[in-house]
Amino acid sequence: MSFLKSKFHHPRLARNELGLTHRDYEGSLSTLCAGCGHDAVGAALVQAVFELSIPAHKIAKLSGIGCSSKAPTYFLDQSHGFNTVHGRMPSVASGASMANRSLKYIGMSGDGDTASIGLGQFAHVVRRRLDMTYIVANNGVYGLTKGQMAATAERGSTTKKDNKVLWPDIDLVTMALELGATFVARSFSGDKEQMVPLLKAAICHEGFAFIDIISPCVTFNNHATSTRSYDYVRDHIQEGLIADFVPVTSEITTSYDEGESNDICLHDGSVIRLHKGSNGFDARDRLSSLDAIHKHRENGEILTGLLYCDPTYRDMHDILNTTETPLNSLNENELCPGARTLNGINNAFR
Amino acid sequence: MKPTNTIDPTHFHKVVDCQYACPAHTPVPEYIRLIMARRYTDSYMVNWEANVFPGILGRVCDRPCEPACRRQRVEEKPVAICRLKRVAADNKGDIQDRLPKIPTKKNGKRIALLGAGPASLTVARDLMPLGYETTLFERDEMAGGMMRSQIPSFRLPEEVINSEVDIVLNMGVEPRFGKEITSLKAILDEDFDAVFVGTGAPNGRPLDLPGLKEAGDHVKIGINWLASVTFEHIDEAPKRVVVLGGGNTAMDCTRTALRLGATDVKAIVRSSYDEMKSSPWEREDAVAEEISIIPNHTPLSYVVENDKFIGVEFDRVETHWDKGKRRLVSTGEKPVLVECDLVLVAVGQDVSLPWIERDVGIQFDDWDMAVVNRDTFQSTNEKVFFGGDVAFGPENIIMAVAHGHQAAASIHRYLTDGRDVNDVPIGDYTLTSQKMGIHEWSYQTAISDEKRNVVPIINLEEALEDITAEVELGFDEKLALSEAARCLSCDVQTVFAEDLCIECVACEDICPMDCINFVLNGDEDDLRSRLIVPADESERDLYVSGQLKSHKVMVKDEDVCLHCGLCAERCPTGAWDMQKFLFHADRAT
Ligand SMILES: Cc1cc2nc3c(=O)[nH]c(=O)nc-3n(C[C@H](O)[C@H](O)[C@H](O)COP(=O)(O)OP(=O)(O)OC[C@H]3O[C@@H](n4cnc5c(N)ncnc54)[C@H](O)[C@@H]3O)c2cc1C
Ligand SMILES: Cc1ncc(C[n+]2csc(CCOP(=O)(O)OP(=O)(O)O)c2C)c(N)n1
Ligand code: SF4
Ligand code: SF4
Ligand code: SF4
Ligand SMILES: [Mg+2]
Repeated sequence: MSFLKSKFHHPRLARNELGLTHRDYEGSLSTLCAGCGHDAVGAALVQAVFELSIPAHKIAKLSGIGCSSKAPTYFLDQSHGFNTVHGRMPSVASGASMANRSLKYIGMSGDGDTASIGLGQFAHVVRRRLDMTYIVANNGVYGLTKGQMAATAERGSTTKKDNKVLWPDIDLVTMALELGATFVARSFSGDKEQMVPLLKAAICHEGFAFIDIISPCVTFNNHATSTRSYDYVRDHIQEGLIADFVPVTSEITTSYDEGESNDICLHDGSVIRLHKGSNGFDARDRLSSLDAIHKHRENGEILTGLLYCDPTYRDMHDILNTTETPLNSLNENELCPGARTLNGINNAFR
Repeated sequence: MKPTNTIDPTHFHKVVDCQYACPAHTPVPEYIRLIMARRYTDSYMVNWEANVFPGILGRVCDRPCEPACRRQRVEEKPVAICRLKRVAADNKGDIQDRLPKIPTKKNGKRIALLGAGPASLTVARDLMPLGYETTLFERDEMAGGMMRSQIPSFRLPEEVINSEVDIVLNMGVEPRFGKEITSLKAILDEDFDAVFVGTGAPNGRPLDLPGLKEAGDHVKIGINWLASVTFEHIDEAPKRVVVLGGGNTAMDCTRTALRLGATDVKAIVRSSYDEMKSSPWEREDAVAEEISIIPNHTPLSYVVENDKFIGVEFDRVETHWDKGKRRLVSTGEKPVLVECDLVLVAVGQDVSLPWIERDVGIQFDDWDMAVVNRDTFQSTNEKVFFGGDVAFGPENIIMAVAHGHQAAASIHRYLTDGRDVNDVPIGDYTLTSQKMGIHEWSYQTAISDEKRNVVPIINLEEALEDITAEVELGFDEKLALSEAARCLSCDVQTVFAEDLCIECVACEDICPMDCINFVLNGDEDDLRSRLIVPADESERDLYVSGQLKSHKVMVKDEDVCLHCGLCAERCPTGAWDMQKFLFHADRAT
């Protein structure tokens, strides 16, 4: 690379509770195409984690294969990471989470990685409600392999080489809703104001949080007849519910009652505060969300913002009753149930 | 906010902090890049065009550019702009055939230049190539003004002055040296087409305290004493010297006294140490030579007992601030007597124009200063122009040069048919893309982390032995290149083409300094408060685009941009480009 990013930063840059600046959460300089939406997603994640004052080493970032799945190299370089195989990020994430519940898991995938080769794994990780934030950087193509249409591309849209898409698309958001995700949102890489609070809420949410982020591929899918280009997306977006994220630490001055207000209180005490847009619906009601998503689709619009959130469901760890302690920190006493119990177990198999 | 007008040069000119701060608008980053390319002669000529005395200024300039340098806002200390100028001068090759050709056929217009300081010399430098004939009047036997008579040779060697002053004199200036000017009328009677007054502020201000008369030769005016040292009328100083004053002249007096045999030299100042008038570096250099600086002492009287000079008596004071005004209040303690053999008074200089008859049409103000137009440098007698210290009071060399350039341009307009002397252009510029290829730019985009390099000096013993021994050795090539690499190339502008922007915000994300913002428009205060790093207190301008497709605008805070080009690297559409902005201040042409 013939260019470098200076370590100098703005002298008046904001610092978080840990005394860090957002620059301390960066990764190495991106090698994605200039203008790729995925870099903006990464920047929004950096901002979200910085604002939440999470120490980077309390985060694990996981990905599959694709430009989007390469992206974790370009953010949070002090975090744990695993660039897995194509479409297999969910199983590695599940294993990691089983071994250590105490980390925040952020999955970064693409629409090819998730909606094609990884669709089976995706369905099951949603169904099990693994406690993680699952991001799909959705560009409608396989960017890394030079622009083949992905399963998320809309029927009737055309590729850069002018081929029509013949098949109906898979909408990962409605799929996630159907399969039991407890936090579902859609956003756009060109709208950081929307992305950052959604990412913060998703990270704080205990359970499976899914965010589909439309993230244009400037190189292979930003032409005039694409439905994932910067211009097309900007023209067709409808922001449904505008979400603010109110962290635990900030004193909540207005009193709120669960169910009555527009606030959704998360497990850790932070709050998602919803302001109704003109096309408001109830984000606690799965059917109402699905209905809103479909209606907008029929009108040729893309509904963005928080679509669904219910923090009352139990996640995989609650259902399996797993230990809070990371497995590598369990000592012999905790691991070994003692000769008597072991004998009992062994006898049960006789 | 309205979109920034980038056709007018003001916005981009202000981004080049150093060049903007330089009174002569020397293209600093341009000459530093040439040093980096080891093109010393080219670098020298870029300087010479702008400031006429690069070798001199590279040693003693007051360097208003350095406090303005952006490097100081992003790291710690400014680029050593001034001492890099010296590098160009020290390493230049022959420049003879690069100098402007002087027409043998003259344009028939004759100009009188009064006083041979930097101001008059600059006027000659600008007008001679245009075919003017110039006559230079000076009381000393040599040209150079205070650069020669006042600035001690351990800071500015005589050869350096000679070589740069001679370049101008060799253009064919007619010298009338060694004679005091006593009448402006007499000069006007010689039928010059215009007269430039550049006689400086040659009168050292006296300090009239009780005992002055009795003290006799033990009390001297600092600048007169320094001139006598230069012209070798004085070659020794007594053991104990007290210098009254805290400006640069005072510092020069102390260091000169030390070299002439004084062993106990004190600068005694009324103000506190921090409020002293001298440049911080001049003070540091004096302190490094073990001069003691005694602040908060107001002189009361010169003490003479039984016809014998004893010293100076001082009142101890404290600084009080009254609605932003400084007041020195006595502490009420007993006065202090500082014994010494010589007192040098360095408390200021004044303009003095007894030789200008008051009936030649030149209006004088209440302070007995000629009334001079700040844009054209013309006095109320349309033929007579002023510049340098004589125009608005004592400043420095680079200011005198800047005045000289502007006055020359005015004189030329005044003497050219169909041009209006008051029609002062802002200056010209060129804007050239620096893109060479993918990830390739024709300037250094990588940002150096180096700290400011210190100029090596000779050891103190050697320095004190010989008054002509130059203290600073200058940067060697290794230090020079390392220092030059610290320059951020602020003249390579980030130029935004809003019609190309697709608002992917890649530039906003990549910018290491968080300069770039995509936000909804508002008035200036509102916009400043909503930036990623709010710029409420910044004095730097914002660069604002027209409305983009999303109805937002691009707002760039120019304050701490590194000119690293990453925004342009990252832009998929070429909406950002790095373009070199070369500003040329108005000159006589
Ligand atoms: C001790 C000292 C140190 C300084 N150090 C620095 C420094 O480090 N850096 C810096 O930038 N500036 C310095 N200065 C200031 C700088 O020297 C002046 O600001 C600058 O020289 C002004 O230029 P000028 O052309 O206006 O006038 P001057 O340089 O003052 O030249 C005026 C000329 O006019 C002549 N003259 C005046 N009256 C008459 C007359 N009636 N007849 C004939 N000739 C006459 C004088 O002899 C003189 O040669 C210093 C000044 C002093 C006193
Ligand atoms: C098992 C396997 N099959 C196929 C590939 C080739 N391949 C690499 S990336 C990719 C698609 C990536 O698309 P997506 O997840 O949308 O990422 P994008 O590059 O668009 O961000 C494919 C098919 C592979 N690497 N491994
Ligand atoms: S090919 Fe597309 S998806 Fe990959 S980096 Fe380039 S713009 Fe991004
Ligand atoms: S050149 Fe561009 S990327 Fe670099 S600091 Fe300036 S605005 Fe930021
Ligand atoms: S990188 Fe270029 S296209 Fe993208 S937002 Fe910046 S200027 Fe606009
Ligand atoms: Mg894709």
